Amino acid sequence: MTSVLIVDDSKLARIVVGKAVAAAQPDWDRVEAANADEAMALLERLTVDVAIIDFNMPGRNGLELAELLRARFPDMPVAVATANVQDEVIAQARAVGAAFVAKPITEESLRGFLAGAAIRLRAART
Amino acid sequence: MTGPPPLVLSELERDALGELVNIGVSRAAASLRTMVGDQVFLSVPAVEIVSRSTATTLVREREVGPLVAVRQGFTGAFSGQALLIFPEENSLELVRAVIGGAAAGEEIPELEREALAETANVVLNSCLATMANTLERSLTMSLPEVLRGRSAQLFDADPGGGDDGAVVLFLYINFAVAGLKIRGYIAMLMDLPSIDALLALVRDFIARVVGDQWPASPA
Repeated sequence: MTSVLIVDDSKLARIVVGKAVAAAQPDWDRVEAANADEAMALLERLTVDVAIIDFNMPGRNGLELAELLRARFPDMPVAVATANVQDEVIAQARAVGAAFVAKPITEESLRGFLAGAAIRLRAART
Repeated sequence: MTGPPPLVLSELERDALGELVNIGVSRAAASLRTMVGDQVFLSVPAVEIVSRSTATTLVREREVGPLVAVRQGFTGAFSGQALLIFPEENSLELVRAVIGGAAAGEEIPELEREALAETANVVLNSCLATMANTLERSLTMSLPEVLRGRSAQLFDADPGGGDDGAVVLFLYINFAVAGLKIRGYIAMLMDLPSIDALLALVRDFIARVVGDQWPASPA
């Protein structure tokens, strides 16, 4: 079972992402966190395979969380979602090995990342 | 003066408005980045719907000095006035960041009005366009107008109109440009019929999003 972690301070945004994931990967299990600390606490007791993280959140931002995840899970597919398409933000996402997804998230915009993540996970498991 | 009772937003309504503004301001940051040539940092916006007098107080409590605001009217499914407000001491910093090395010191005051209007135009248009597109309605925006004064004067969109029924969708954001701490506020002044129309559209939007939602696994 593949499990995807959705981190966004907006509940509505988490619903949107959850639905886009469900449409593209109906078998995946979804877990949610409202901020970086909640996400890290959740990872103490759950196994997560993929993470989709909002950039602009109270506390640690999405890139900081992506960096923490990358340090602990070198191979986890991670996407950072934002409407803030500044060169620096995209470059930082690349530097931590995270994909960049434009907000507002749609099924279409997430599909590429999810398909790539599914392939990487299958390859890692065989 | 206490003004009319504030409208109470449900958790999801506040969330939806906050997310719309967050996306709008994030887009504006990306546009500002190309204007100032350096990274723009943003805080997460806080959203409140308050009476005009409460909005005046909220700004007055935080800002002792004079303020500069850029105002743009919007009309459509919901109508009102959008304001981007800065402390005056920040406005010159912002203008310097926008103009960069392109102007000599003595030219800056002349260019200030233009740079402020252009910056606000980017930020306010981005927020309103994101709201309009997401809510599936169109809005028409008027040209920006630069105002100076204390908070009470800035919120007095309709002089002589009093406080009856006027509400303010009040948003607080911090942004830093090129290492300069610049804080600003976005306020949208609307009358009750307009804010009702906006909230009805927000509820429709929530219904579209949540619609056939099934719960995610409990965390």
